[in-house]
Amino acid sequence: MATETHGAEEGGLVFHPMDQFKIEPAFGDGAIGMFTVTNATVWMALAVVATFALLVLGSSKRAMIPSRMQSVAELAYGFVYKMVEDICGKEGVKYFPYIMTLFMFIVCANFLGLIPTSFTPTSHFAVTVVLALAVFLTVTILGFVKNGAAFLGLFWVASAPLPLRPVLAIIELISYFVRPVSHSIRLAGNVMAGHAVIKVFAGFAAITVISPVSVVAITAMYGLEVLVSFIQAYVFTILTCVYLKDALHPSH
Amino acid sequence: MATETHSAADAAAAGPGMPQLDFSTWGNQIFWLVLALIATYLILSRVALPRIGAVLAERQGTITNDIAAAEDLKAKAIEAEAAYDKALLDARAEAQRIVAAAKAEIQADLDVAISKADAEIAAKAAESAKAISEIRASALENVKVVAKDTTKEIVAAMGGKADAKTVTAAVTARMKG
Repeated sequence: MATETHGAEEGGLVFHPMDQFKIEPAFGDGAIGMFTVTNATVWMALAVVATFALLVLGSSKRAMIPSRMQSVAELAYGFVYKMVEDICGKEGVKYFPYIMTLFMFIVCANFLGLIPTSFTPTSHFAVTVVLALAVFLTVTILGFVKNGAAFLGLFWVASAPLPLRPVLAIIELISYFVRPVSHSIRLAGNVMAGHAVIKVFAGFAAITVISPVSVVAITAMYGLEVLVSFIQAYVFTILTCVYLKDALHPSH
Repeated sequence: MATETHSAADAAAAGPGMPQLDFSTWGNQIFWLVLALIATYLILSRVALPRIGAVLAERQGTITNDIAAAEDLKAKAIEAEAAYDKALLDARAEAQRIVAAAKAEIQADLDVAISKADAEIAAKAAESAKAISEIRASALENVKVVAKDTTKEIVAAMGGKADAKTVTAAVTARMKG
């Protein structure tokens, strides 16, 4: 989380809870162009490295009786695989690597973001919106490719009484297009809010009387954030599976 | 966000309140994100996932085989136990048969020996009885002779003259009594 330097001279309580999300060039100063290596770049790369370390290096021995790293890798594999299979069925297994990519990237980025002074790429809407839009576009295109016009049956609730169906179709249509919005804001919002709250408590630590409470509160928030990091990655992945199921089996 | 207390200058320097809404960095982030996702996807789909899947499948196969082998061995063990029980029962029956045969044989021997001994005893008893009766007869005869002699002597001693005939008749008459 970003260092707190400016504002100290103003005296009193100064909070800069959002400074930690600033995007800055990783090497030297200057403007941020399209291809500038920034702190976001570094931590995204570290997420990729962590994924590689866990899943590739961890399983490199191909041991029949797994080591600890291999156990974790197999656990992650089984966790996502089962999720995809349970929700999307056998046809969904084809898209397992895609979903596993999303899960591993988000979970690694979230957990790396919990390291003090680190940067969390998933706290940025730029990242989550791209992730969510990718899911949205994939699912929509896949739905039409697989089912043709029958994919529109997703919006036509055949089990409802006929007069209600147009109304429901509008509601379904709106909810369908709101999906990427909620999908992306949920992840970034949760991560950002947690980190910002920790930062606010850290600001209170400047007052001597409150600082013990503040430290306890930061510890508690940190524990909560550990949970949130995993749960948000899980939620993002499981929603992706649910959307994918809609594309594969559009009937209600 | 409610606690934003930036001074105007700070706010101006920091751009919008939320760095997330600073769209000037979006292009940069999206570019690197796409790179990171492609890299992750390639790592996973080319190396990690096939390998882990193979390891899991192999382990599942090994476990299945081991369980099958264990069941096989268990069946064999049950079979062996049944064979053992059967052998035990057979042996027990055989032993009982042998015991019964031995008992019967011994009984037969015993019966033969007993009957033989009974016969011998009976023969001996008969022989003894005969000897006793002979002895008794001879004893009577001797008693008669001794009595006659004694009587003759006694009569002679009394001064009488012992008539052999009379003496014999008297002794015989006495001995009957």
